[in-house]
Amino acid sequence: MQLAKKETVSKTSVQALPISKPESRLYMSFISVAFISLLIGGLMGLLQVLVRSGTFTLPAGIDYYQVLTVHGVILGLVLTTYFIIGFHFSLMGKTVGISLKQRKVAWIAFWIMVIGTVMTAVTILYGEASVLYTFYAPLRAHPAFYIGLALVIVGSWVAGFVNWHQLKVWKKAHPGEKSPLLAFMVTINTVMWFIASLGVAVAVLIQFIPWSLGYAETINVLLSRTLFWYFGHPLVYFWLLPAYMAWYAIIPKIIGGKLFSDSLARMSFVLFLFFSIPVGFHHQLTEPGIDPTWKFIQVTLTMMVVIPSLMTAFSLFATFEITGRRKGAKGLFGWFKKLPWKDVRFLAPFIGMLAFIPGGAGGIINASHQMNSLIHNTIWVTGHFHLTVATTVMLTFFGISYWLIPHLRGRKLTPQINRLGIIQAIIWTVGMTIMSGAMHIQGLLGAPRRSSYSEYGGGEQVTEWIGYQMAQAIGGTILFIGILLMVYIFIKLTFFAPKGVEEFPIAEEEEDAEATPAWFENWKLWIGITIALILVAYTVPVIDIIQHSPTGSVPFDFPIGR
Amino acid sequence: MHLHKYEKIWLIFGTGSLVVFLLIVGYGAFWQGTHPQSHGVTIDTNNIESNEAFKPENLGLTKVEEDKYIVNIAASAFFYDLGKDEDGKSVKTIRIPKGSTVLWQAATKDVVHGFHVAGTNVNMMVEPGYVSSIETVMDKPGTYTIVCNEYCGIGHHMMYATVEVYE
Amino acid sequence: MRKQEVKKASEKDKPDLKGTFVSVMLLGVFIIITWFGAFALFISR
Repeated sequence: MQLAKKETVSKTSVQALPISKPESRLYMSFISVAFISLLIGGLMGLLQVLVRSGTFTLPAGIDYYQVLTVHGVILGLVLTTYFIIGFHFSLMGKTVGISLKQRKVAWIAFWIMVIGTVMTAVTILYGEASVLYTFYAPLRAHPAFYIGLALVIVGSWVAGFVNWHQLKVWKKAHPGEKSPLLAFMVTINTVMWFIASLGVAVAVLIQFIPWSLGYAETINVLLSRTLFWYFGHPLVYFWLLPAYMAWYAIIPKIIGGKLFSDSLARMSFVLFLFFSIPVGFHHQLTEPGIDPTWKFIQVTLTMMVVIPSLMTAFSLFATFEITGRRKGAKGLFGWFKKLPWKDVRFLAPFIGMLAFIPGGAGGIINASHQMNSLIHNTIWVTGHFHLTVATTVMLTFFGISYWLIPHLRGRKLTPQINRLGIIQAIIWTVGMTIMSGAMHIQGLLGAPRRSSYSEYGGGEQVTEWIGYQMAQAIGGTILFIGILLMVYIFIKLTFFAPKGVEEFPIAEEEEDAEATPAWFENWKLWIGITIALILVAYTVPVIDIIQHSPTGSVPFDFPIGR
Repeated sequence: MHLHKYEKIWLIFGTGSLVVFLLIVGYGAFWQGTHPQSHGVTIDTNNIESNEAFKPENLGLTKVEEDKYIVNIAASAFFYDLGKDEDGKSVKTIRIPKGSTVLWQAATKDVVHGFHVAGTNVNMMVEPGYVSSIETVMDKPGTYTIVCNEYCGIGHHMMYATVEVYE
Repeated sequence: MRKQEVKKASEKDKPDLKGTFVSVMLLGVFIIITWFGAFALFISR
């Protein structure tokens, strides 16, 4: 068993700095919020599938859409952002280090985010913000909802600024050296996040807050949606890229191999930076006010963002094959058997990778211009992102947690917890296959997403839908068991696992690896191209939206029960 | 930066497939006019009745000529207004003969709604200040549920209507 | 070009990636099949 192996080589290399106690407290704080969110959000998910099965009614006058808002906000925004920032900080701390001052600023980021999260949570719990996490103007939530979300974003920016500063300080101390791969990747992801969240920040600060407070009478609905989706698609890549970091730079170490190619890994991240943002229209394909030619242009850019994922697929298989062959594997697929199937640090992310195959294929279908009307706002879409974010990303995050948490807490991943983790990954796979599979089929049959249980006046179609909703309730219940087990594992790893040293696995390059070109460090160029692409994709249609906009919308409170 | 021979082939194959997808949907969209609905037609946000199509008497099914129909829908939380029948009751079901060409036109009186004739490609967002429209041929007989598939509030799932396509 | 690669004689320069190639091509075929499946459904509706 490799699990209890101590750090050996990595200690001497520049890639692995020790993580001090106060540092790990910072990282663990972020990660802990993520796991608390998992429990709450998961419970909400369970309630939803039960309601939708038609056999259960929410008690105490709780509204379905309130539960749905909690589920979306806490899992899509809180869990992901906190875990990612905690993971980012750990990677930066490990590869380039963190100063005392940087750590203090990082704590400020944490508390800004916590205040924002609490404000948002309270407004939702009081039923003042059942607008789901995509806002839905002209439905109006309580101003505290928007202000709270703005704080979460501002806090995440502060965290990103600290990351950039960390890399800058390191580069000063290491002139002429290439930045560590993981630090490079974190920087790409935080740059993307910053540029993307400017859109939602503008929407919230300039549109939603003044309007919800009554200072502005009306809101430009289409503009608010466009700004949201300018952010909404890179948001999903902000979730995905940390998983890719683990796949590229951590999994090879866990399976006993080396990095496939440092430069190709960087290249795919640069491409993600370019093409994640100028693609938001593919979420708005069936909206009436956007010119179809511009929709098609963004559809084309959306296809471009598939390419770095194709590159990633090749890199991963190649890592597995090269490693397997070195271990003596023969034949076309002999290497497959050499993978460490009994190591949950590998198995959970590996299932995540597999889930991204149907997830990615579905994504291409969703973005295919007029074909979008086949599935737009049907529960197929819900099935789709439960594969991508709730399986690919989540199982990889769980896979990271199995070594990161004990590493930070000075404990060890025991064989017993490893076995529980494997069971967890299998439960997740079974539950998600049932739930997401049923959602995909039901969506193709036309059933809507974001909807409470309804018989829609009867009819054959609806009877068929409800059968699939029963299947989702079964899958969702299995998933909730998986969540309970994961939270148990989290508590165990944090407080009760035996003391020891757990490896922070970072893959190394081959000794004779081709040198990474220095131009990868040209941040001005990467950011310049990114902004240019955004301007190309958005300038004309946004001017068009503003110039041809109808009268703005007054706020509506009654539809959400305010 | 070195690419393995197989990786080159794979990327050419993968990118080529994406190009083929784009050519197919692009051909449909630009040459056959199957763009997703995006006409950019605006309407008075606070008074959709200012548009002839959404006056109460013009809502619901109108026969234009043989096998050609228009359906006008006024959406509001949480109701599709398809006009009134002879008894003055709200129409919940519209009946269309098989093979008819139908122009669906929808506008909202309040918040964002969805409009999906489930099981068909008639799937549109309905947003304040805009007219959503799409033309389609209803060539398969059966009963279709129209659902609001964009969240519009606590009664969202009660917002529906029915279409019968008969032989 | 190829000869130079052989000369370097390191297994990294010319790793045997046949399994990888077959795997990604299967992945590609899966994407194509699902896309055309959805396309056929779109056209038929």
